[in-house]
Order: sequence, then structure tokens, then C-alpha cells
Amino acid sequence: MEATAVREDSLQVSHLSTGYSDRKVIQDLDLPVFRAGEVHSLVGPNAAGKSTLMRALAGLQKATGSVRLGGQELIGLSLAEHARRVTYMPQTLPQGVALSVLESLVAALRASAIGERSESHDAAERRAVAVLERVGILHLALEGLDHLSGGQRQLVSLAQALAREPRVLLLDEPISALDLHHQLRVMRLVHDLARERGMIVLMVLHDLQIAARWSDGIVMLSRGAVSATGKPAEAITPEALARVYGVQARVEHCSRGGLQIMVDDVVTADAM
Amino acid sequence: MHAQPRAGAQPAATAEEVLAQYRRLVGRRIAIVAGLALACIAAFALDLVTGPSALTAMQVLGGVISPDSLTPPQAAIVWQVRLPYALIAVLVGAALSLAGAEMQTILNNPLASPFTLGVSSAASFGAALAIVSGISLPFIPVDWMVPLNAFAFAFGSVLLLQLMASRRGAGVETVVLLGIALVFAFNALVALMQFVSSQEALQQLVFWSMGSLSRATWGNVWVLGLVLLLVTPFSMLAAGRLTSLRLGEDRARSFGVDVGRLRFMALLRVSLLAATSVAFVGTIGFIGLVGPHMARLLLGEDHRFLLPASVLCGALIMSLASAASKAIVPGVLMPVGIVTAIVGVPVFLFLIFRRPERS
Ligand SMILES: Nc1ncnc2c1ncn2[C@@H]1O[C@H](COP(=O)(O)OP(=O)(O)OP(=O)(O)O)[C@@H](O)[C@H]1O
Ligand SMILES: [Mg+2]
Repeated sequence: MEATAVREDSLQVSHLSTGYSDRKVIQDLDLPVFRAGEVHSLVGPNAAGKSTLMRALAGLQKATGSVRLGGQELIGLSLAEHARRVTYMPQTLPQGVALSVLESLVAALRASAIGERSESHDAAERRAVAVLERVGILHLALEGLDHLSGGQRQLVSLAQALAREPRVLLLDEPISALDLHHQLRVMRLVHDLARERGMIVLMVLHDLQIAARWSDGIVMLSRGAVSATGKPAEAITPEALARVYGVQARVEHCSRGGLQIMVDDVVTADAM
Repeated sequence: MHAQPRAGAQPAATAEEVLAQYRRLVGRRIAIVAGLALACIAAFALDLVTGPSALTAMQVLGGVISPDSLTPPQAAIVWQVRLPYALIAVLVGAALSLAGAEMQTILNNPLASPFTLGVSSAASFGAALAIVSGISLPFIPVDWMVPLNAFAFAFGSVLLLQLMASRRGAGVETVVLLGIALVFAFNALVALMQFVSSQEALQQLVFWSMGSLSRATWGNVWVLGLVLLLVTPFSMLAAGRLTSLRLGEDRARSFGVDVGRLRFMALLRVSLLAATSVAFVGTIGFIGLVGPHMARLLLGEDHRFLLPASVLCGALIMSLASAASKAIVPGVLMPVGIVTAIVGVPVFLFLIFRRPERS
């Protein structure tokens, strides 16, 4: 894959409110600044509003407040303008689609212009194949989407998002269906790509251990509000885990770097 | 790093090999589309030479190329009956099938078609209303009143679907359910009109509910041909966006596709295609459902190929059905709607029973 010039943009989210017609999910949310080349993880319990926040950042959902990328305000941009800069990988890939893996990547690339680039079919095919190779699923290129296992589908879904080489990559639970090997492989790949291209990555993860190991920063979301944030060691603390997840846990700082999180039990009412 | 190889697969192919394989696949798809086009021409010729009058195949085909080779009555049969009849079959098949293909994609439902979502029923009702009430408008020839009213109702029903689809929070399921409700509502209304109508009007109504090519005129051929010529390029321009919509609505939107607009424009094309077809030939079932499915089975869902193949499959089935409608009982012209339904139902059942296989 050819090298892309490293960009020096940052993503700043402030006073963001979003939700659905019958329910405000997120109100007046501020997030720490995400810098180019950094990987951030959005963690938190089910229904905390993680997917809703990601969809709002991707421009898929009405939101108020400010989302600035470099000097550009993203809120209010058209979908096509958004898609030049931001790509969102949803939690699921639909069933019953008669497309091959490679065709699906070409479709992702050709759907609209990326940055200043609008690719010919030939160029899109080459880029798609290169991405499949990098994700390690080149052997699936001509396989039908409907014949893939759950984990393979997730890798394809990731490849579709990566292929667009966005400035901001939003991944909603990209490793939830993957085996140990592929979990690490994807985290390493995303980490490396962020550094190489100066891409800003925000990913929703449920595995705190992995989030801590591979992220530059953690945002812990609870009921639509930020409950803890900072470097992994600052954000993931026994107090935060008790408060947000309702679990008793110990967090050890390993000599080799990284955190060791041991969850012992759920918090009982009187222990809180 | 080792990705798990597929059982029995070749050891890891290189990027260049995969690209070459993919291009061969694309080549094969183009060949299939070309094959379908040839099959269409053959079926069209077959339809043209089939008929009750004592003309040989050579006479008919020769008469199409040089009308002077035939006696005036023979030329009249070829040019005023056979040719418009065969052409309208091709055009109606193509139009309904293209409409079905776009509907199935934008509504994310393999059972969507102009027939199953009430567009054809609405047209029937519009026609029935014109026939029974005998209304006429100034400046409009009387024999265009029925198709015009059918068109108005078909267009109205699609606009209603459109309205539902664009309403905030309405899922595509809502649209499909509304379509089914439309089928029942309009069918009941047509039955009611039949119940109260005169003997003569009843006969015309039966023509509508069965679908028949036999009243096709050159005027119809030109109008439908122009509509198809106008709409198809826009469908093809949307092909890439339609393909990406198959990856999920949120994903397509995040790839920069304005799905609401795509849906609106597609439904507009669908209403033009379906309403015009049904206005001229009555309700012809299943073409809009079976044509796209045949194309999908042959070529998958890359809409660059799926859309043209749907057009061709629809035209092919319709030509064959038209030829069959003349040949099944010699000397008797069966309404083609009956024949397409006989062809269509087994395919429909096959598709239904095939569905649960998907995990
Ligand atoms: N389409 C929708 N319409 C209305 N409410 C919704 C919709 N989608 C989600 N919600 C609500 O918004 C809240 C946040 O949901 P969201 O999907 O953002 O959670 P999440 O943090 O991604 O959870 P999970 O970890 O389970 O994926 C929930 O209370 C949910 O019920
Ligand atoms: Mg979620």
C-alpha cells in the first residue's frame, strides 16, 4: 500500500447532543481531543450510548454541538462531504447478500469520492485487493459474503471501512466475533495504520484488557455521559469499574507495561 | 502470519492472481449478459413467427425486413399484429423486471415487485374506474383514457409507498406491509366494480385483471420504449450506489450515499416503468419478481450486471410466455398474464423454499 502523507489534524468534540425522536441519549458531551495517529477506545456498558455517539460522529444521525476535524466543522455537512473524511464500520453486516468479498470492497470504494479521490474501477479493484492482503483475508476475495463465518464477516466489514482510508475511522465493536489470534492481529493492524497514515481511530470495545493494551486513550461512557477518561491507566481504575460496570475488580500495573484487570465479582448493593 | 486456508483451496494466492481471477469472473459475467441478449433476440423471433395465421417463419421474418415481399393482408398481419405484439412483450418484460430489481434492492426485500406491492392492482382499479364510469377528458382520445387512468392510480400508489418510505422512522418492513395492504384493498375494489358493472364493461375488466398483449398498438410501443430508454440510463448511473446499499443502510450512508434520495429516485423510476407497462397491458404478474431473481442467480448483486441482466431476463421470459400463450392451444390466444403466472408460481415457490438455507 502506498504511503500517504501524515496529517496533523485533530478531532474535537464539544457540547454534542444526540438521540432518537423519543429519547435523548447523549446531552452536552465533551470528549478529549483525538490527535492524528492516535487510537482511542470507547468503552462502557450495554446501552450506554456508544453506537449512538459513533453514528452521530459519522453524520448518520442528527446532532447538535460541535465536531471539528482540523479547522472544519463536520456537523451539518452532507453525507457525501462527511464520507470524504470519516468512515464508520457498523456493528453488523447484513445477511443474504449475493456479493463476493472483493465486490463488496469495490462497492465501498466507489460509493462516493474519498478526499479528493474518485477512483476508476481498475484502481478500486487494486486498492481493494491490497487491503484484503493487509487484513489477511486475500484468500476470501472471491468467496460470497453469505458463505463466510461470523468472524470472517467481521474482518470483511473492517476491510470495507479500511479500504476508504479515511482521516477518521470509527469502528463499532470490530473484534467482538474474532478469535484470539485475529483480535490481536486486527488491533495491531489498526494501530499501525493509524500511525502510518496519521489516521484518527475511535473504536468501541468491550474487552478492557485489549483496550488498555492498544489505545492511546480511553473514554468510558455511562448512561450517555463520560464517566472516566485519560490514558488507560488513568481511566481504568477499580473505582471506575465499580461505578460504571458494577463489578469488583483489581487493576495491576505490569512490569512489562500494560494493565492486568482481574474481575472478582459483581458489586452487591451494600458494597456500593 | 497464517490465515486459515479454505479446505481444499490452493496455497495462498498472490494479489495479482486474485485480480486475474476476479477479471476472469467479470469477463464471464459480461459473457452471460451477452448470452442473455442473444437469447432475447431468439425468443423475440420465436414470438414473432408464432401465431394462428398461415404464415411461415421465413415469410414473417422476410416481411419484417422487406414488407414488399408480402401481400397487403400478410403485411398487415406482420406489421399491425405480430410486430407490435412481440415488441410490447419485450418492452413490458424489460420494464417490469427492471422495476422489480430496483424495488427489491431499495426496499431490501426479495419479494418486492410492482405486482406484490400493489402497483399493478392500483392500475387495474384505475382502469376499472375508467371503463365502468366511461369518463372522458377533453383533448384526450377515448382509447387512451383507460391507460391514462391506470397510470394515474399506479403512480399514486407508488407515491404513497414513497411517502411511507420517507417518513421518519418507518422501516422498509412498513413499506412492504403497506404494499400488501394496497394489493388487498385494490383487488377488493376491482371485484366490487365487476360486481356492479354492465356485461360489456365486465368483459373489458376481465381483460385487465388477466393481462393481455393483444391490444398493443404502435403508439403503446413507442411510449413504453421511450420511457424505458429514458429511465434505464438513470438506473445504470445509480448501479454503484444500489450495490453499496446491499451492504446495509448505515454503511452505505457512511460511504457517502444519500439513501433517502436514492430511494426516492428509484421509486420514481419504478413508478414510471410499472405504471406505463400496466397501463397498456393490464396486470401481468410475477415478471417483476422472477426476472430479477433469475438475474441474481446468474450474476449476483453487482448492479452493473444485475440491472441489465434483469432487463434481459424480463424480456426473455415475457417473449417466451407470449409465444407460449399463442401456441398452447392452437388457434386460441390465451391472455399472457395467465401464462406468466403459470411460469412464475413454481419459481416463486422455489425461491421461498430456498430462503431459510441462509443462516
Ligand atoms: N433506533 C433506535 N431508536 C430508539 N432508541 C434507540 C435506537 N437505537 C438505540 N436506542 C437506545 O439508545 C440507547 C443507547 O443505545 P446504543 O446502541 O448507543 O448503546 P451501545 O452503548 O452501543 O450498547 P451495546 O454495547 O449494547 O452495543 C439505548 O437505551 C437504546 O435503547
Ligand atoms: Mg453498540
